[in-house]
Amino acid sequence: MQTKESFFKRPGVQTLLASVLCAVLGIIIGFIILWFMNAEHASEGMGAILTNFFKYRVASSKTLMKYMGSFLVNSVPVILCAEAILFAYKAGLFNIGAAGQYAVGIIASLYTSLALGWNWFFCLLAAIVAGGIWGLIAGIFKAYFNVNEVIAGIMLNWIGLYICNIILGGEACMNQSKSETYEISEVNPSGLLPGFMQDFFGGNQYMTIAIPLTIIVAIVILVVLNKTTFGYELKATGHNKEAAKYAGMNAKRNIMLTLLISGAIAGMAAGLFYLTGIEHYKIASSVPGMGFTGIAVAFLGGLNPIGTIFAGLFVEYITLGGQYLNTNYYNPQVADLMIAIIIYLCGFVLFFKTILNRPGKVKVNANAEPANTAKKEV
Amino acid sequence: MSGLLLLIQYTLIFSAVLILVALGGMFSERSGIINLGLEGIMVFGAMAGAMVMVLLPSDASRFTIIVLTLLASAAAGMLSSLLIAVACINFKADQTLIGTAVNMLATAAATVIIKAFNTVRSNGADFSAKLDYVRGHDAFVFYIGKLQISWFIVVAAILLVCAIVFFYKTKLALRIRACGEHPQAADSVGINVYAMRYIGVLMSGFLGGLGGIIYICAANSTWHFDYGVAGAGFLALAVMIFGQWKPERIAWSAVLFALFRSLSNVYMGIGFLHALPISGTVYNMFPYIVSLIVLAFTSQNSRAPKAEGIPYDKGQR
Repeated sequence: MQTKESFFKRPGVQTLLASVLCAVLGIIIGFIILWFMNAEHASEGMGAILTNFFKYRVASSKTLMKYMGSFLVNSVPVILCAEAILFAYKAGLFNIGAAGQYAVGIIASLYTSLALGWNWFFCLLAAIVAGGIWGLIAGIFKAYFNVNEVIAGIMLNWIGLYICNIILGGEACMNQSKSETYEISEVNPSGLLPGFMQDFFGGNQYMTIAIPLTIIVAIVILVVLNKTTFGYELKATGHNKEAAKYAGMNAKRNIMLTLLISGAIAGMAAGLFYLTGIEHYKIASSVPGMGFTGIAVAFLGGLNPIGTIFAGLFVEYITLGGQYLNTNYYNPQVADLMIAIIIYLCGFVLFFKTILNRPGKVKVNANAEPANTAKKEV
Repeated sequence: MSGLLLLIQYTLIFSAVLILVALGGMFSERSGIINLGLEGIMVFGAMAGAMVMVLLPSDASRFTIIVLTLLASAAAGMLSSLLIAVACINFKADQTLIGTAVNMLATAAATVIIKAFNTVRSNGADFSAKLDYVRGHDAFVFYIGKLQISWFIVVAAILLVCAIVFFYKTKLALRIRACGEHPQAADSVGINVYAMRYIGVLMSGFLGGLGGIIYICAANSTWHFDYGVAGAGFLALAVMIFGQWKPERIAWSAVLFALFRSLSNVYMGIGFLHALPISGTVYNMFPYIVSLIVLAFTSQNSRAPKAEGIPYDKGQR
């Protein structure tokens, strides 16, 4: 009993529990929604979402691995956007502008690749730099003009989107008859990211170094936040800006640097996704949802860089699952609805933790082993 | 000349939207809750209003259509704002996160609901997330001379006057404002902080819901709900900050923002603007660029409600 209690009091375990609870509750509510829309096929529909691409296991393991590969490729931008938001959040900044930074990342990577014919390394670098600059703009507005980073980020999101439409909608990048950007593999094969374990994933041509790079980025963020002075400063600024200032930390520099790095990660997310060639850019009338899903994933991952990877995989899995729904009865947006509910539930994590941590309410063995509670408080 | 008339018409419509939604945001933030979910509240309000317009029988009088549509939108807005109120006031959730979640929830829910609604009504022939409400749109229109005006604008103007009077002249508003500045002090003199914050958020739901229906209905007679309301809620937040959380200043800044927003809709009809070698997309960017620049110059001395964003905890000192 003693060990079990302290196990549940560990913050890491509580975060994990809370996230899993959110996910499970979200799935249950999703099932209820499916049931309301069409009671007869609800369990079949939920089955389709949860089985997802694993339904191809009957076909052959090669097909299954191929779909698994595409799933991983699609998870990359979500995870990286979440990492970007997490990084800023640790420093007390809410980088809602990740969507815009992602958008300019798309511009930079596709324009350099399609119109200028650069090598993939420089295309990716361009995406990182572009995202970083976009983040830095928000940082400058915050540091020098006292503009709330949320508002600045939102405005920059829309500006980024429209610039993206103008630049990528031009003849240099967009196939006007199909109204989507050209295939990188046809126009500029050197602009594609190098492959990674493609044979293992059933010859999936989109499997690239994007996947290992994502994991490396997550680990680097973990190390920077937990093991470096810089990370400590960022977290200190996030906890208490005034105290950090008093301790001699340069708040303005930290704000700008944080948003610069956060933006760079979001830009990298775009580069690592679009440079695989799996997706073409089409003229969009709303800001890329990636930045907002990223917020969700970061919170679902318990604001931990590694947890975020798993949360990102989960969210992408559910989103993908929406496409496996039988469209005669349901529409794929049900999956988006489930994700939104899960994020909403993430807001209750704090409350959940408070309940778990409520002191002195050991009902079961309060009179049986009074010594237990005393020991715990030491 | 018709181009100029059109510009005035659009500016009035967008002003009405921005004023209402920004006032909503103001009441919520004044009570201490950052309402980033305004966009989502607008979507819910718009959806409810549009559905009422579609469902009303064809012999419904203009008055019935107007009243029921407005009521439905306001009610839907208030209901959806409860999502924010419960999470942020009772459960002390992160307000930015909840706002974002409500926005995502609204667009996804509206798409799912409207698609299901269309599927049922058309016996499975229509899967789109689009609603047509020409009749409802026409019910709101009347003319002064050549200028087309919507009843929505009248409603917005009345609500603006009410809001200004309420904000400066009533005890309740003073209490709400106290809770946004120093909730502990407010509590110590017997004000129920939770109740005041609920009132603030519900008012933002009421106004946001109305803003939503105006946004989709005043200038259009059909709407695709998978687009949400395309950032209008966020623009309203910028208007609110530019308006320094004060109703009369919000009204002026809303008109300014609306003017820039309308340019993207009507620049085609205005001779010298159309002649400029600028693509339409640039005009779309205008309101956002202008608001960024304006905010940069005005935010230095901006004074947000002091306790906004911080959940109220009775035990905390």
